[in-house]
Order: sequence, then structure tokens, then C-alpha cells
Amino acid sequence: MAIERNSWGSRIGLILAMAGNAVGLGNFLRFPVQAIRNGGGAFIIPYLISFLLMGLPLLWVEWALGKYGSRFGDHASPFIFDRMGKGRFWKYLGVFGIFSNFGVAAYYVYIESWTFSFVWFSVFGSFSGLSESGVSHFFDKYVNINPGMVNLPVIAFLFFLLTLFINITILSKGLNKGIERASKIGMPLLLLFGVLLAIRAVTLRQGVEGATFDSAVGLNFLWQPQLKSLYNPDVWLAAAGQIFFTLSLGMGTIVCYASYLDSRDDIALNAMSAGWMNEFVEIVLGASIVIPIAVGYMGLDWVKANAGFMMGFKTMPYLFQQWGPFLAALSGVLWFGLLFFAGITSSLAFGTPWMAMMQDEFNWDRKKSAYTFGLLILLLALPCIFFFQAGVFDEYDYWTGTVSLVFFALIEIILFAWVYGIDNGWQEITGGADISVPQFFKKIIKYVTPLFIAVVFIGSLIEPAGGEWIAAFKSLFAGHGWPFDAASLVSKVFHLSEKDTRWFINGRATTIFIIDMSRVLLTLAFLGIALVVKLAMVRRKRLQKNENLDGVTS
Amino acid sequence: MTTAALVTMIVVQGAVTLITVYFFRKILKTPSKK
Repeated sequence: MAIERNSWGSRIGLILAMAGNAVGLGNFLRFPVQAIRNGGGAFIIPYLISFLLMGLPLLWVEWALGKYGSRFGDHASPFIFDRMGKGRFWKYLGVFGIFSNFGVAAYYVYIESWTFSFVWFSVFGSFSGLSESGVSHFFDKYVNINPGMVNLPVIAFLFFLLTLFINITILSKGLNKGIERASKIGMPLLLLFGVLLAIRAVTLRQGVEGATFDSAVGLNFLWQPQLKSLYNPDVWLAAAGQIFFTLSLGMGTIVCYASYLDSRDDIALNAMSAGWMNEFVEIVLGASIVIPIAVGYMGLDWVKANAGFMMGFKTMPYLFQQWGPFLAALSGVLWFGLLFFAGITSSLAFGTPWMAMMQDEFNWDRKKSAYTFGLLILLLALPCIFFFQAGVFDEYDYWTGTVSLVFFALIEIILFAWVYGIDNGWQEITGGADISVPQFFKKIIKYVTPLFIAVVFIGSLIEPAGGEWIAAFKSLFAGHGWPFDAASLVSKVFHLSEKDTRWFINGRATTIFIIDMSRVLLTLAFLGIALVVKLAMVRRKRLQKNENLDGVTS
Repeated sequence: MTTAALVTMIVVQGAVTLITVYFFRKILKTPSKK
């Protein structure tokens, strides 16, 4: 068992840490873009239905898995799965709950470091006088986009090291004095910065400070219900996918955080509170900053054509410049500051499953487990940083930040509702609850949520070209085969959208080679964690055997 | 801004805000079992 026992200091601290884990960069950069691309106001309908049928039930399941683990002193998903599933393979499926954190942290901490450095660039007026393309070029230069294959971004790399060091230092202080304290500072500041920017954004008026349109034009597009889009399965897939990312489901971090609760503690209200806090940040603040400001200056057509994650870095600093030097610097600090707090409260969670495993199973202390996590993240992040434009970054995001999450969530709900049994599971959720959980959620957890996740998973697996499902079935029945979309999992695995899949051309490595090598690296990372889990189980058995022998001899 | 967009925005954002505040207040009012 662990040398230094970890625990939460207060309930509010736990809620803020859980909400901080969920609130991330995606709340401000991904949600509004998804809404713009998927029917504006209509997107919110499948989004909220996904939240109620999949998000909330999965939150309760993950909290309950953690609470179950706490009874046995287990804090990492492989060991909780092993105990709950009572089958040899469950612990290896639980490895996804550690693996995805490594993969996501490797690129996420890099993005987090951009937000950190952009705070300073804003303070020192680095964007002053730059045009929109000038700011975009500034970013490209920062990450060293060039005509070659390799990126060597010196400043960005130094900021990455600094950001990683901050994360590791906080992690090494443990749950109470590290993560909880950081969340108690970060979350209120994030909310304050978000509210200030949202007020500024929604009060933007045409003709004032160079704005071409009222911010209401952007808000109108974002909230205008386009009900036709509800018949598009792709909109539903996008909404369900957004719920996964935004709530940090399927990563094993919620399970790990909840495993430090007392087994008598409430989880039903805790999960609701943390989950809705994330929704507030996403739906109220996330929807009220980027799009209204961008539409106000760049126009709706530009935003529709260019809406994407990178707008936060390539466009926002330019837009802030329109407000004069002082407000530009202040807005830059608020914007990148809130992104930094959103990022770090999430990235801290990524380290906890690994640390919990090493402390529980190998008696490592906090510092040792935090530093090894940092070292492994550094090693995994290097290809991500140095082969940024070759697509390693996106590859990590796809396999560990998308596929792995959905797969892990499917596994955990099957384990919880069908293997452990929904009656036992329901006891875990409702035992000690400070609110009454409606009984119909029992049926939802058993039938609807697994089906919902399975549909999302299969939808991503065989997504047809252009999201045209009816046309794809027609093509299949006409004997022309299934037209896979370039974004489908099958297409990604076999590089179906690539015309040339050679690893080397004229002796030079291609991007396909780099991407395949990054997949090999991720596979090795998974196998490495699985090996550590195997060693831990062997150690457990040996210790158990020794205890039994001691019992016999004494 | 059209009425439909304005109503959607106010209803959704208002409801989410109220629910968030309700659960957070409940957390503050309910003592921990420790």
C-alpha cells in the first residue's frame, strides 16, 4: 500500500478539481466550432440529449467505479476492473484508463504551453500592429512550420518544458496540497476571466472599435435552431463526441479522483454538480466568447470557412488588437490565462492514474511517481513537437483522445452494468447519495447508455464518405462496397484516403512513415503500461502468498 | 438576432446556469459525511 496516503481536503475542493478536470481547452475552442458546423442552435438538442442519456449516466458510473475501488484501496482502473470483473483480461482493458492519459498529456501539455507563452506575448505586445495573417504567421513561426519535415521550435519547446515542470511540481504535492489547491485558485479565476470576456464579446457593436458587425450576428448563427440538422446522424455523432471530450469521460481520471473518496460518501450529487459546472462553462461562457468576437470583426462567412481549434491562437490575438494596446494586452491575458487554467486543471488529472498505480503497487512516493510521469510525457511529446506538421500531433489526438476514450467508456459501462450487475452498480451510485437519483436512470445505464456509446463507436468505425449514410447503404447493396470517409477509423487504420502509402520515396521518409512510427510508439506505450500492470499483479500475488505463509507459521 | 435564436439562447443558457447554481448550493449546504 501507499507510503503517503492521498485524500481530498474538502468537498468543494473535490468538486472544483473534478470540474477542473472536465473543463478544458475544448470548452472554449471545440464546442463553439462544433455548434457552428452542426446546425447552430439545433446542435444543442442532440448535445443535451447526449448529456442526459450518456454523459450523466457515465459520470455516475465512473464515480461509482472509483468509489468501489476506494473500498479496497485501488485507485487505478486496471486494478478496479480486475476486482470488479474477476476475469484475467479485465485488468488489461483497464490499461486504457492509464494509456489514454499518457497519449493525451503528450500533446495537451504542448497546447497548454502555447497558452502560457501567449499570455506573456500579450503582456509584452508581441502581436501589436500585426495583421490577421501576421498573427497567423507568428503562430506558424512559433511552432516552426517550415517546408521541411522536422520542426525545431526553440521557444515553444522551452515553454513546453516549463509547463510540464509546473504540472509535475503540482502533482508531486499530492491531491490535497497540489491538485485541490491549484483547482481552488484556477477555477474561480477561469470563471472570472470567462465572464469578463463574455460580457465584452456580447456587447460588441457594429462600428464601435472597428467592429464590422454586431456580436449578435454571431450569436444568432450559433443559437438559430436549424431543425433539419436533427435528421443528420453526423450531427448526433458530433454531439455525442463533444459530450465525451467535454466531460473527460473514458479517460480513467474521474475513476481515479473518485477512488480517493470515503466509501460512505455521496457521489450522485457530486457528479451532478461537477458535470453541470462544466456545462455552464461550455454552454454559457464557451459559446459567448470566440464566435461573437470573430464574427464581429471577420464576418460570418469568414468564421464559417475558418472556424477551428486554431482560431484561439491564430485569430483571437489579432481581434484583441482592435481594442487598443491596453485592452489588447488585458484581453490577451484574460483569454490565454483562462485557457491556461482550463488546460492545467485537466492536465493535472492525467498524471493521477499513473501515480496512483505506482504508489499503490510499488510503494513509490509522490515525487518519484510524478517525476517518472513527467519523464515519460516528455519522451512521448518529443515526436509530437518535432514532427508537428507531419501529423503526429493529430495522430495522438485521434488514437488516444478520441478512439481510446469511446472504447474505454464502452468497456467500463459493460463491466459496470452487465458484469458487476446493474443492481450492485445502482447500490454504488445511490448509497450515501445526497440527492435521490430517478429510478429510470437504472434502465438508462443498463440499456440506453451502452447502446448510445456502441452507436458512437460503430459510427466512427465505419463513417461513410461525407456522412451520407443512406447513400453508403445504397452503394453497399448495389455491390459497390462501403464508401469510407477519410475520418473513419477503418480509413485511418489502412490509410485509405492516401494515394501513396510508401514509407520512403527516393530514400527520404514520408509523412506516412512518421505517422506509422507514432502509432508504433503509442502501441509500445500501451504494452509498456500493460507490462507494469502485469508486474503489479504478480507482486500482489507474491505478497498475498507471503502473508498467508506468515499466518500459517505464526 | 431573430426571436427564435434569442429565445433558444436565453432558455438554454438560463436553464444551465440555474441548474449549476442549484447543485452547487446544495453541495455547499450539505455537510460531508467524514
